[in-house]
Amino acid sequence: MIIVDTANHIAALAAKMAKPHVIAAYPITPQTTIVERLAEYVEKGELNAEYIRVESEHSAMAACIAAAATGARTFTATSSHGLLLMHEMLHWAGLARLPVVMVNVNRAIGPGWNIWSDLNDSLAQRDTGWIQFYASSNQEVFDSVIQAYKIAENEEILLPAMVSYDGFILSHTSMPVEVPEQSKIDEFLPDFKPGWILDVENPITHGNIVPPEPYMEIRYSMQKAMEKAKKVIEEIGEEYGKKFGREYGLVEEYRCEDADYVIVAMAAMAAEAKVAVDELRQKGEKVGLLKLRTFRPFPHERLKHDKMIVIDRDICPGLGGIVYNEIKGNGSEIYGFIAGLGGVDVSYKDIERMYELAKEGKEGWYPTEVK
Amino acid sequence: MKTAISIPTEGAMGKTGTWRVFHPVIDLNKCIKCWRCWIFCPDAAIDRNEHPVIDYDYCKGCGICSNVCPVNAIEMRREEK
Repeated sequence: MIIVDTANHIAALAAKMAKPHVIAAYPITPQTTIVERLAEYVEKGELNAEYIRVESEHSAMAACIAAAATGARTFTATSSHGLLLMHEMLHWAGLARLPVVMVNVNRAIGPGWNIWSDLNDSLAQRDTGWIQFYASSNQEVFDSVIQAYKIAENEEILLPAMVSYDGFILSHTSMPVEVPEQSKIDEFLPDFKPGWILDVENPITHGNIVPPEPYMEIRYSMQKAMEKAKKVIEEIGEEYGKKFGREYGLVEEYRCEDADYVIVAMAAMAAEAKVAVDELRQKGEKVGLLKLRTFRPFPHERLKHDKMIVIDRDICPGLGGIVYNEIKGNGSEIYGFIAGLGGVDVSYKDIERMYELAKEGKEGWYPTEVK
Repeated sequence: MKTAISIPTEGAMGKTGTWRVFHPVIDLNKCIKCWRCWIFCPDAAIDRNEHPVIDYDYCKGCGICSNVCPVNAIEMRREEK
């Protein structure tokens, strides 16, 4: 069935169809309409889940962690400052190896108070042990939430997963989305089999003190799971493709075959870059796009090309573009642009302009300072 | 998959008695076997035998037993090297 709705309502629908047992959430713009819709589903009896209204995002994540530790499938959603408040608990979910699934609607961090798109909120969570997906369309939001559960709950992975997309550009924009039948989703997504469980019949302690050597083993095991996740994300993305007709992976290559330059972008910027690539191709320019879908685990091996143009809607102050710096040093000739922070509109025309500037050997803050 | 899980077993964290600065000593002449020390010990390091017996392998020397004893039968003495 094809429906037309906003990414937030689509995310709520995907979460509902994944049948979570527990939802703990706190509202924050521009995420609020996700948890409002989920509350409606629970209220109307369309979703049989425990809906916990908490007093903060820190508590929302803590509640999801506790529920997941009893073997429940969990969901929450947040944005920006809410995600930052969760930071401590994000590490906890990762190190406890609990496959909580969350949607983060990317929004700039204040001050200045700003509710528009900017990827710094979720990129600041890169070291928390969460798998991170970035979606470029409402369809991808739906598909990624469903896949996120299967990937996170995979017995070889058991890590939490976050699906992020741009505030307003996607969150409040309606697009057509093909929604599979519930029975097909159920076939794709089996019941959650936890790696460990809190059970009064068989008491264990979790989060107990761990001496140095076993602590290092825990970190090592997490790193191995992240490395394995690269393969699992590709496999589950392919399986999803066979079942539903839309295949996913770590990176989407678009018109890269004979390209002299490839543009690297994430989230909504990548959708806009596709339009720019089509326009430039029409003018005879050999340019392609590497749409980075998975930021953690980071697919270094897939992000190589002779000449690359990396567009960051984020900034690591004192270093530069975050994605640019992740890729830098791979042997490619790379031009980095910082653009669109705090929701500054970046159209395909701007991306074409960045391409022209890169060809002249220029890079930098677009359009403020390019040299 | 490795995470911080322990099944509650004696000595799961090693001999925590080595953390001690003071150790409790029970004066059995004063002890009335009310078992408050046994109830309150946060480390379950007091055994319930004929009279309370402190397990010095795991007693961290927190002094709660001494504090809750109604007849002041438990004295905290500094550990000697």
